[in-house]
Amino acid sequence: MRKRYFMPALLAAMALTCSLAFAQTVKVGVINTYTGPLAAAGDQMQRGIDLYMKLHQKDLPPGISIELIKRDDTGPNPEVAKRLAQELITRDKVQLLTGVIWTPNALAIAPLVTEAKVPFIIMNAGTAIITTKSPYIARVSFTLWQSSYPLGSWAAKNGLKNVYTLVSDYGPGIDAEAAFTKAFTDGGGKIAGSVRMPVTAPDFVPFLQRAKDAKPDAVFCFVPAAKAATAFMKAYDDLGLRAAGIKLIGPGDITTDEELPGMGDVAIGTITMHHYSAAGDRPANKAFVAAYKAAYGAKEEPSFVAADSYDGMAAIFHVVIAQHGNIDPDKTMDLLKGWKYDSPRGPIMIDPETRDIVQNEYLRRVEKVNGQLQNTEIETIPMVKDPWKELNKTK
Amino acid sequence: METVLDALVSILFLGLGFAMVLYIVSVGLSLTMGLMGFVNLAHGAFAMAGGYIAVTLMNAYQVPFGLALAAAFVVVGLVSAVLERTLYARLYGVGELEQVLFTIGLIFMAEAILRKAFGPLPLPMHPPAILSGQLNLGFRTVPAYRAFLIVVSFVLILALWLGIDRTNFGARLRAAVDNRRMAEAIGIDTSLLFTMTFALGSGLAALGGGLGADILAIYPGYAVEYLVYFLMVVAVGGLGSIRGPFVAALVLGIGDTACKYLVPEFGAFFVYIVMIGLLIWRPAGLFGRA
Repeated sequence: MRKRYFMPALLAAMALTCSLAFAQTVKVGVINTYTGPLAAAGDQMQRGIDLYMKLHQKDLPPGISIELIKRDDTGPNPEVAKRLAQELITRDKVQLLTGVIWTPNALAIAPLVTEAKVPFIIMNAGTAIITTKSPYIARVSFTLWQSSYPLGSWAAKNGLKNVYTLVSDYGPGIDAEAAFTKAFTDGGGKIAGSVRMPVTAPDFVPFLQRAKDAKPDAVFCFVPAAKAATAFMKAYDDLGLRAAGIKLIGPGDITTDEELPGMGDVAIGTITMHHYSAAGDRPANKAFVAAYKAAYGAKEEPSFVAADSYDGMAAIFHVVIAQHGNIDPDKTMDLLKGWKYDSPRGPIMIDPETRDIVQNEYLRRVEKVNGQLQNTEIETIPMVKDPWKELNKTK
Repeated sequence: METVLDALVSILFLGLGFAMVLYIVSVGLSLTMGLMGFVNLAHGAFAMAGGYIAVTLMNAYQVPFGLALAAAFVVVGLVSAVLERTLYARLYGVGELEQVLFTIGLIFMAEAILRKAFGPLPLPMHPPAILSGQLNLGFRTVPAYRAFLIVVSFVLILALWLGIDRTNFGARLRAAVDNRRMAEAIGIDTSLLFTMTFALGSGLAALGGGLGADILAIYPGYAVEYLVYFLMVVAVGGLGSIRGPFVAALVLGIGDTACKYLVPEFGAFFVYIVMIGLLIWRPAGLFGRA
């Protein structure tokens, strides 16, 4: 009896040691927001990462594997993020860092990755300056300038003369306001008023009432996705801004795909500019949405965070496969520069100069199709580079 | 002139709605702190639970709005009574630090459970059609739901005040707050009274959570995020007082709204400055006993 199993066991042991000799495990540190009141986006990020891993594990050459080491930054806490990054780099010896929902966290990590030469692939945090803070940062997500700047041009060209801006008072909100204002006023539009609302404001109504009293053609709004947007939409309707003919426009964060069903019909007609919509009818997106629903439930919609994180893993797979698991920091960055991918959001590329994402921006309108609210893409602005970097380059 | 008047109406009206929600949620906290000397930071968790019960009943089971709110009141009231008997009662004698740690722990547990059960997104609240949209007052329109909220809250508050002023339960409650030992000496079962008050306060918080779901969005972080506001109302109003928190809620709610409307750049600071000023002036709160 024993003998019968001896040979196979020996062979297995040999195979194991052989593969160990060649085995390459690439350690990837993931800094994400898993707990706390602001964890909604963190869930989406992890789902995007896991989905790519699940679908593409087979693409890794034999003997090479990717190990994710997850850490929880609990929200916009730069000190925590910095400490976690430090531990991941020095103790866990990760070769790549990724994740990061929040701009302040990304900024806190930037000096560490420069010093330790650890390539850092940002899956969300969207303030324009981040990629300028370290040569080892590449971003696969978006910048607020990318969406808000073209939206400003569009608004000026499409009959809006007078727009009131309401943004949350932190990095991305200020970016959104600046980008929209620049493009809109350059196009001949007038800003009726600008207000920065505290990020934690529980009640949007007073701000919106003030905006309504200014009688603008539209309100441009940015609030952080997946938390405040539903409440904002509600207040917008309750105060009768839509009834008064005031349009609501903004970056896609205000009508994310996963929040849209909860917003109800009040959201219909909202115009947003964004790089991803779950309703996009590209083949890559259809496959992505189908895989997402198969993994997480038919009623679940992937948000842009899930799509961006999915692409982030694609970038990581790209550098791991190209280097056969032997990660060299500088070579990794060279591989990322100019990397192209057919993403669910359309074609994307990492700008070789800025290491920031280049992608299509879609103008979308919230519509009800077959009883379901969705962001219908009505216009495409192809391959937008971060306008902030473009504008500041010429100066 | 007209615009000034218009602005004033806006501020009063919108601020009043906010203030009412703050008061209904916080009054129970004031009572439990004043009566039992118990620092129940988890009070907001009861409001959050109430919000979840009411909104889920309405969204998933098409329960009428009023009934859903009543259910939230009853369920949370009963559950809190059980919690008070089994958990809180053990900590009455011990120090405030233990109480704070215990109730903070409760918040985290509530948050984790609700996140697991309902997901991290805010629960959308869809009031009945008649209460949505705009209400035309003739000279201007106001959000219908806010109007409803203000009216209902006033009725509720009136009932609460009358109940505490005129009923036997109210008399015993006031006696126990004023002097617990004396109340016990004349035969008032303060332990039972505590449980009942605790349940009432939690039930009211649940009602506030449900009614105010429009203003304070119902999501797992509710109990942490709005705790500061509830504590401010209680601190400014004075522990153990019923009317104090009402005045405090009015000042903070309307003041907060006015500041956001008039000088939005400073909207976030106002309430804190007012709180600091009021507490320097009257450290025990507006209606508290020094």
